[in-house]
Amino acid sequence: MFRAAAASAAAALLVVLALMLFKIGQASAPVWSKHAGELLTGTRWAPSKEIFGGLPFVFGTLVTSAIALVLAVPVGVATALYVSEFAPRRLRGTIASLTDLLAAVPSVIYGLWGFYVLVPTLRPFQAWLARTVGRVIPIFGTPESGLHGVGLFSAGVVLAIMIIPTISAVSREVFLTIPREQRHAALALGATRWESIKIAVLPAARPGIIGAVILGLGRALGETIAVTIVIGNVPVISKSILSYGATMPSIIAGNFPEASGSHAQALLAIALMLFALTLLVNILARVLVRRRVA
Amino acid sequence: MIGTISARRHRKDRLITRLSAFAVALALIPLGWILYDVAKIGLKAIRSVDFFTQGPPGDPSALGGGIWNGILGTLIIVGLAAAIAVPLGVMSAVYLAEFAKPGSRLASVIRFFADVMSGIPSIVYGIFVYTLIVAATHSFSAWSGSVAIALIVWPVVMRTTEEVLKLVPEELRQASYALGAPKWRTVVQVVLPAAGAGILTGALLGLARGAGETAPLLFTAFGNQFVSSALGKPMSALPLEIYRGARTAFDPAIQRAWGAALTLIVMVLVLSVGARWLLGRRARALS
Amino acid sequence: MRRKKLAVAMAAVSLLAVVAAACGKTKTTTPTAALTGAGATFPAPVYQKWADDYLKAKNVKINYQAIGSGGGITQITNKTVDFGASDAPMKDSELTKAPGILHIPTVFGAVVVTYNLTDVQSGLKLTQDAVAGLFLGTIKKWNDAAIASANPGVTLPDTAVSVAHRSDSSGTTNIFTSYLSAVSAEWKTKVGSGKDVEWKTGAGASGNDGVSGLVKQTPGGVGYVEVAFAKKNNLPVASIRNSTGAFIEPTLEAVTAAANTATVPDDLRFSVANAPGAAAYPISGATWLLVYKEQMDQAKGQALVNFLWWAIHDGQSSAPALFYATLPSSLVTKAEEKIKSITYNGTALYTG
Repeated sequence: MFRAAAASAAAALLVVLALMLFKIGQASAPVWSKHAGELLTGTRWAPSKEIFGGLPFVFGTLVTSAIALVLAVPVGVATALYVSEFAPRRLRGTIASLTDLLAAVPSVIYGLWGFYVLVPTLRPFQAWLARTVGRVIPIFGTPESGLHGVGLFSAGVVLAIMIIPTISAVSREVFLTIPREQRHAALALGATRWESIKIAVLPAARPGIIGAVILGLGRALGETIAVTIVIGNVPVISKSILSYGATMPSIIAGNFPEASGSHAQALLAIALMLFALTLLVNILARVLVRRRVA
Repeated sequence: MIGTISARRHRKDRLITRLSAFAVALALIPLGWILYDVAKIGLKAIRSVDFFTQGPPGDPSALGGGIWNGILGTLIIVGLAAAIAVPLGVMSAVYLAEFAKPGSRLASVIRFFADVMSGIPSIVYGIFVYTLIVAATHSFSAWSGSVAIALIVWPVVMRTTEEVLKLVPEELRQASYALGAPKWRTVVQVVLPAAGAGILTGALLGLARGAGETAPLLFTAFGNQFVSSALGKPMSALPLEIYRGARTAFDPAIQRAWGAALTLIVMVLVLSVGARWLLGRRARALS
Repeated sequence: MRRKKLAVAMAAVSLLAVVAAACGKTKTTTPTAALTGAGATFPAPVYQKWADDYLKAKNVKINYQAIGSGGGITQITNKTVDFGASDAPMKDSELTKAPGILHIPTVFGAVVVTYNLTDVQSGLKLTQDAVAGLFLGTIKKWNDAAIASANPGVTLPDTAVSVAHRSDSSGTTNIFTSYLSAVSAEWKTKVGSGKDVEWKTGAGASGNDGVSGLVKQTPGGVGYVEVAFAKKNNLPVASIRNSTGAFIEPTLEAVTAAANTATVPDDLRFSVANAPGAAAYPISGATWLLVYKEQMDQAKGQALVNFLWWAIHDGQSSAPALFYATLPSSLVTKAEEKIKSITYNGTALYTG
């Protein structure tokens, strides 16, 4: 009986998801039949003219999430490692609680703080980046539309801060629940603390860490409010990460209130595309984890 | 490897230690910064305990008043969402970790889609619940907000609970079976308590996320400048007070919004610290 | 030990619940009715003032959430709110989805062009072409001739122009772009008007606060906002050249002058963009409350009708303090007729 309850809870997840997909698919069907190619590959978004190019949003979503991961994964995993392995015993709980506190900050605060505090702070840094590294590597260069402060880079930084606690907390749990015997064995054989971690902890933790990174990526891909406030929400594809842009969640959040007819359907279609992207990312993660575990 | 540790290996060990300490600093600097900024503006609105017991003044440009409408709303909406999502999440995780046959296709599929669900932007849940419930009932309502939040929290709780359940040593289960306990009892009385701290961390992370979500509530609970506890009517919540309040043209209203932000952060902090304290020694051993 | 801690925790939670219940009861008399409305951010300050005053006067709760004009239209179409609010009158295509909707005008307001130039703290004059050029991206520097020619004696810096516009659907955008479409053929063909347009340049920010915030933190920034937001952020406001060639500041008198020129058709949908007349501020706009002619609930319908009547009469006195112009009397008369036509089960609800 207990087993049946547990099984139905698990199955219910699939049912709800299927219902959601069905509803969104059904609602967006008309626009798919007319604009499918454009939604997937078009670069121009002009709803008033019935032009629905979805590529700028895919671009924005991927770029901001990539920036977020590049910044957050090293910090998150290293933080988790420090708390579980290196920190003095009496500090562990405090540091863990503090890192978890980053998750307590609501996303709307990240967005507002990001806009009023972080963006003005990042603007001179972005200008410096464009002036120096940007001359050689175009992705760090001054965007064609000019440097505004808000944009892909700022959104990426905000996202990074937001997903650090997710990556860190889950990684920490993973590190802590690995049995200590192997670590002690390595130490007994003369390894340094870091070496014992490298040998005994990291390999076993790898699947869990990847799980943590995927959870973090999931959070980054789907973050709506904070990104909408700091990204500039202009559907363009730029050579530079310092440009403004838009993500799939941000255009949905920004436009859905007003949208009607084909515009609303196009936004729902983008929601479907976002679902497909999340699906793809998770399939990739599965492949990675399987390879390591084997 | 047996023998004295060379200077080079020592240096590497120290370097790694320092680098990870630096990472901790990097993670904590934005936290301190945000808290400082939120407190700087928010504290201006918290002039007395009225801030927590009264709703906003009718005139948004007036000083005083508070965000009790948001506090009550968050307690009700997130409470209801937790009542839906945590049991569902834990039960689904229990199925995946304890009852599903290893290598079960169904279990893999469920796990996979739970990860996918975590990645769906919160606004989509809001839109889905709006279409399903709000438009159909012609009313914004608190309970529709709870449903939207529950959908977000559920996969998070499920995934983290499952991770933690998997790491409970098999010996504990074997010992229980050896004593003659049936499977369900083993799960309920041995496995779940052993994983308790981890489950709670996962649930709290999920709820912290749920309590801070704005997008799903925008078109479900909708917001209300009056204090309300009616589940079938629009209700405010702290994120809504923050989002809508910070964007008005009046400083007192903006200060109240940041005060709400401070309140929400403190609320979630108390939850996390409280959970650790509640579990006492068991949690300390694991952390 | 654990059981003891559990007991303490449960006691704390129960105490909190009791306090919550007790505080919940400290409200005064139960209101006679409650209305929910949603829509434009542009008039939100005055609507919230009205909600406060009306509660004190008539003991009716009005919950107004500023979610944007587009949101107001969508929600009243879906009948999830009792009234909608929009600075953009509903288009014909939108009306077909919400048959029987009435537009009740409430106040007029100004959309201002605000900018961030350290050396020019006030008094910037902009011609129609200058405004269009700035927001089309054809004017790239502040010392461009198109701007300088109208501002002799002002040293304009060689700073790059950084445009800020709305990223969300907005009635403020509708008023601003309607003005631009009326004064610039290039704008009309390239961009057009609407709550949400395909901007040729500039970063998007969310809400009036977002645009004013972006302008405030970007040297060389320029944007369009509802007048209260410019004032709140101590941002300078440009004088705009109107149809007679005069440079007009967005004062209450200038907006009222624009309001008085409105040609109002039967359904009360109109625009005062680029209003004629020497004293008119050209980027003015009206804002409406959207209600159904046939109400579904008698108590709510009654409360709504009484509130609307109050809004266009008693409510008008609080508008000027918040920088909104009151309705001209001819418009009030027309609005009264519309309110009198609201019915429940065939009977008119307004009884005077």
